[in-house]
Order: sequence, then structure tokens, then C-alpha cells
Amino acid sequence: MPNVTYIEHNGTAHAVDVPVGTSVMQGAVDNNIPGIDADCGGECACATCHVYIEPEWEALVGKPAEGGMEASMLSFAAATQENSRLSCQIEMRAELDGLVVRMPDGQH
Amino acid sequence: MDDAGVVIVGAGHAGDAAAAHLRQYGYKGKVTLLGAEPFVPYHRPPLSKAWLKGAATEAELALRAADFHTKQDIGLRLGATVTSIDRTARRVVLAGGESLPYGHLILATGARARELPVPGGGLAHALRTRADADRLRLALGPGKRLVLVGGGYIGLEIAASARALGAHVTVLEREARLLPRVASAALADFFLAHHRAEGVEIRLGVTPEAVLAEGARLADGEVLAADAMLAGIGAVPNTEPAAAAGLDCSDGVVVDSAARTSDPAIFAIGDCTYRPVPAYGTRLRLESVPSALEQARQAASAIAGRKVPAADVPWFWSDQYDIRLQIAGLLLDVADTVVRGDVTAGSFALFHLRADGSMAAVEAMNAPESFAAGRMLIARHTLLDREKLADPAVPLRDVGA
Repeated sequence: MPNVTYIEHNGTAHAVDVPVGTSVMQGAVDNNIPGIDADCGGECACATCHVYIEPEWEALVGKPAEGGMEASMLSFAAATQENSRLSCQIEMRAELDGLVVRMPDGQH
Repeated sequence: MDDAGVVIVGAGHAGDAAAAHLRQYGYKGKVTLLGAEPFVPYHRPPLSKAWLKGAATEAELALRAADFHTKQDIGLRLGATVTSIDRTARRVVLAGGESLPYGHLILATGARARELPVPGGGLAHALRTRADADRLRLALGPGKRLVLVGGGYIGLEIAASARALGAHVTVLEREARLLPRVASAALADFFLAHHRAEGVEIRLGVTPEAVLAEGARLADGEVLAADAMLAGIGAVPNTEPAAAAGLDCSDGVVVDSAARTSDPAIFAIGDCTYRPVPAYGTRLRLESVPSALEQARQAASAIAGRKVPAADVPWFWSDQYDIRLQIAGLLLDVADTVVRGDVTAGSFALFHLRADGSMAAVEAMNAPESFAAGRMLIARHTLLDREKLADPAVPLRDVGA
């Protein structure tokens, strides 16, 4: 099963297995990882599962579709960066094994 | 830390999140999560949408992976109903007589559907739980006739799902418009037109006088034939154990901004609460998942000895057909409304402003950027320029006065 490392804003890292087909958000929710609140449950309605993709993974993970729901929700989220994504929109696949994401200071 | 730990009554979004956050925040005591239903904690919003349409699996409906509560050392007990609270002994009593001690108690007892107050009203379906949705699903299908009483969000979401399943749908709304009290008149008009275009029959200013086995009897004697009827006319907070234990209750269990009740050892969260909404200087019952999760974080923070997070701007969402509605804020003290976007194309936002030019609420239809911007502008109390706000050519970052 592919592995994802979630790094809290304070630097605490959590490496967990996330099944293929499950979202990176759900992987955090299922492992009770602090810093991803996922208030809407993965509907891309709230932007409380915001993460930064580590640079070496950016190309493989990809960007949000321009003008789409995710890009719109991110446009006014707090502390966004060039490598911001909503983790509910990243579905786990085998080649993402080893993915590293970082959490912002807060989701609200 | 006391040995009795935390007992959480109710395993919906609020209760499950409180248990999870206690562990996230490093709480080491015992955590017991009591669910009245026979199912592991699940997402309720899909019950009127994907689950009703048969488009979600059991695993997708569950809030967490199957082994979550065991791995987090959360004592999840299903089919457990609390009948009373003994505040002096700090124990809750379960149906069946067993009692459990608590150091802190979190009430997440939710709300139940209001029954239609007419003869036969109990014959109508309701939709609050998975069991409700499963029963309703059996009654729907191609050619089936569904009569929905109440043109609120639950009713309209079910109408959209029932149309997708091929059912004939009639909505009866007692008031002269849809979504009374929970949406602006302009938004209600949009939904009225959209549902009618999707083939839903909507009768405004109409409510049944009786529910019969064969359908709904209206005031003029007409019987509206139905294979199934559903009442979506609001919810009643489950305050009984709290009220009987002498906790302050109003339209819900009264809590402060840390979700604490009038007993400092007892918290209440989610749909059962009557809560402060500081940004609007008011208190109300805020039936929504985001509010439930916010209060779960408040209660868990207070119990774990962390700083209690400040309340967010309230927000809501609803999916009907291909429409994603997102609302932030409350429709209080609205002086005027600015429309941005194309109403006929179904992609627009209604920005509701106060007299001072700050935003009270945004209702965004397939307009997530306007929702996201509105939520931020509300939180910051930004004073706005109405003309810029109405002009889609002006970026939402530049709409300040």
C-alpha cells in the first residue's frame, strides 16, 4: 500500500499507508492526523484540507484545474502558496508512494 | 486528569469528531462514544443525495476507516441510548439500566425530524438517519409518486434525488415561497424555477390537512395521491436528558463559546445546541456539519486544556441536480443585495450587505470563488463598494470601498 507522510506545521511528521483510490484527505482523517479538518467530508466545498505538496512531488501530483472548483476554493484560502492543493482532490495512486505533504498553520 | 474520562453521547459528526480531536489534542484518559444507531459513525449529508440514489457505498458513507476507533482507543458502543444523567454522581444511565461514570460529559444527541402536526402525520417519512434513507429509497423509483411536505433544503435535495430516480415529485410548502427563513427570496425564486424546470410540481401556500394511506388530503378536499410522503419541516433538538438533568435549555441545550453547558463538567455540541454566534451578536440553533465540527473542536480543546479556537463565520452547502450552493454568514441586518454573475446561466452570487457596506452573507450558486471571497470578506468585516462587487470584471480581491 502506498505511503504518505503528512508534516504538521510544527514539524511533526506522520507516515501512514493510504490505499490506492482513497483521497489524501481521507488518509489523514482515517489516521486522525492533526491539521486536516476536512469539514465538508471531501466535497471540495470548504478548503479545510489544504496542504502544500513537497516540491519533488509537484509534477506528479499536478495542479488544480484552472477555473475549477478546487482552484476557486483555494483562491481565498488562508496562506496559500504555489504548491497548495486541497487534499480531498488528490486520489492516491501507486506512483504517489512516498508522497510528502505539509500542513499550513491553520485551516480556518 | 480524572479516571472516569470523557463520555460522549451521540456518534454523529459532532460526537465522532469530539472523540477524534480529544486524541489529536493528546487527551490520555478514557474516551467512550455512545451511538444510538446500529451503524458506525457516518456522513449524513449524502443521505438525501448520493446514498439515496444508490451512488455511494457503505465504506464511502462511513466517516472513518473501519478500524479507526479501535486504533484511536475510542470505546465506540453502538445501539446505546442514554436515558438520564446523574450530575451529582457524574454518571449517565443507559436504556437497560447500566450506568457509566464520567469526568466530562459531551452531549451530541442531535435533533429529530419534526412530525407533521396533522392527523396521520406519523405516516409520512422523515429523513435524519440512514435507516430513514433506506426506508425512503425502497419507496422511490421510476413512476413512483412522492409528495414532499416542506420546501426547505432537505425537501429540495430529496426532490432532486427522487427526480434522478425517475419519481414524480410534488412539493407542498406552507409559506408563499421556498426556503423560508433559510435563504433569501431571490435564491428561493431561483430554486423554484429550477425545480419546476426539472419537472417537480411545487405548490406554494399549501399544506396537507391529513396524511392518508393513499396520499395527502388538502384543505379543499383534494387528495394528492402518493406512493410515499415525506415531511421535511424542520427538526426538534434532542434535549430531553439534558433538560431533565436541570441543564439550561432553550431551543436546544444552551452552551457558551467553548460549547460548555450550565454545568462546567458537561459540554454539548452539534444540532442539539443553542449556541452563540459571536460575529452576529446572536444565539441560535445552527443545524450544520461545520457548526457541529467547530463545537467538537471547542469542547475537545477545553477538556484537553488547549486554547479554545474562535468561532468561524457560519457556512452551509447544498447540492441539487448540477447546482452547488454554498452559503456563508447569516441573513441578519441585510440592507441590500448585490448580484454578481449570470443568474439565467445558473452561476452567480448574491452578496447581502449591511447598511454600513459590510457583508452579512453570501449565497453562491455554482460560484465557489464568490463563496470563498465572501466568507473572507465577512470574517474581516470589509466595507465594500457595491458597484465593484456587482462587476464580474473587477477581481474579488479589489471590491473594497
